[in-house]
Amino acid sequence: MMEKPEKLIVDGKRLDGRSPDELRPLKIEAGVLKRADGSAYVEMGKNKVLAAVYGPRELHPRHLQQPDTAILRCRYNMAPFSVDERKRPGPDRRSVEISKVIREAFEPVVFTKLYPRSGIDVFIEVLQADAGTRTAGINAAAVALADAGVPMRDLVSAVAVGKVDDTIVLDLMKDEDNYGATDMPIAMLPRKKVITLLQMDGHFTPGEFERAIELAMKGCEQIYEVQKQALKAKYSTKPEEE
Amino acid sequence: MYELVSTVKRDYIVDLARQGKRTDARALDQYREVSVETGLIESAQGSALVKIGNTQVLAGVKIERGEPFPDTPSSGVLMVNAELRPIASPTFELGPPDENSIELARVVDRGIRESEAIDLDKLGITPGEEVWMVYIDLHALDHDGNLLDAASLAAVAALWNVKKPQVEGWTLEEFPVVKKPVAVTVAKIDGKLMVDPSLDEQNVMDARLTITTTEDDSICAMQKGGIGYLTVEEIKAAYELARAKAAELRRHLG
Repeated sequence: MMEKPEKLIVDGKRLDGRSPDELRPLKIEAGVLKRADGSAYVEMGKNKVLAAVYGPRELHPRHLQQPDTAILRCRYNMAPFSVDERKRPGPDRRSVEISKVIREAFEPVVFTKLYPRSGIDVFIEVLQADAGTRTAGINAAAVALADAGVPMRDLVSAVAVGKVDDTIVLDLMKDEDNYGATDMPIAMLPRKKVITLLQMDGHFTPGEFERAIELAMKGCEQIYEVQKQALKAKYSTKPEEE
Repeated sequence: MYELVSTVKRDYIVDLARQGKRTDARALDQYREVSVETGLIESAQGSALVKIGNTQVLAGVKIERGEPFPDTPSSGVLMVNAELRPIASPTFELGPPDENSIELARVVDRGIRESEAIDLDKLGITPGEEVWMVYIDLHALDHDGNLLDAASLAAVAALWNVKKPQVEGWTLEEFPVVKKPVAVTVAKIDGKLMVDPSLDEQNVMDARLTITTTEDDSICAMQKGGIGYLTVEEIKAAYELARAKAAELRRHLG
């Protein structure tokens, strides 16, 4: 881990040259895995995240089946080599909590009632981590669900906002997450402009909090466009070239 | 954590919410009766039993020597753990902590850690080798809704209950707890916001937002839960509720 830099923002620019309201480079590709019903790969800055969707399919173990609805299950997992110091494989407290809030971020959009007794499994694998992995995972999972043909009210777009050197910034990268004052991941439904995931730790005054939410929503709208592009790239028929 | 609720009861609660009413005749911005008793556990360095209505959470603080984290070699270590034992609810099961108890512990942890309620820098012993470990263990005794606020209040009350820890090698004058972060959970039912959801309300809510604030009204932690969504206006309104109610709850901390 690098030493704490004296300043995280110099002349209005962040350590990686971005302005406070700028996203990291974002790349999304839909349908990258053969066996999964739907999948997506996301690069958000140095984050590399894969999401796969299996289902709707018969739910096992059977005692979990619900007669009137499908069960949505999410599993967020970090590869041992995804972080500087090797992470012990398997779920830890952090990933259990993140899996829960990611599931809750998708519950309002997926038409689970259409698939009684079924399960829809969303697997998110973080291959390389650079802060904001849960939001990158959500962006990937939304595209993967759409790629699987799961009926949804909208996609879900997510980004983190925070406070570094008393400035509200969009899409924190690792050093800003480590040394900044505040981290607030948000997921929203871009069409309805409602929030389905909201977590925060650090310090915000009420005014900072309101500005941060607005910035996050603008960021999500940009991400939404990239997500739609990824789906169009896979599914639109290309015009014949003359 | 949603439990199964009959449609009749669900409709009843939702209908009432629409009229700004609740099943126990509370106002939307009213807590059930809150009580905080401290120091009941002599084997712990600090303890507190918090009751919010019928909900009861017992928090105990243990202070022991341990190894620091490599990136903070001279700071003490805070650990928060929650046990949702079967004694507290027919729906709690034996076994390793599930996602609900993990979320509970982590939300309480973030409120205390991010507000810097404990001055961990004062809890070093030998830099890089030995520091004081502060363990907060949360024990749900009776789950009748809103375990989050009860657990958070119990944790902070137990921290403030630590006087001069009776542990070998303790040299500080007193335990360095400096702030009183308070978590307030706001539930949304059919577009109406209400504080301190009862068990029934929690089982039919669209979503909840827990906001932890400190004495100066700034926010140190937030967590949205539940299967629904929140609008920006609802989030702002929830903050106003949380700010006002946190001041009330903080009075129970002395």
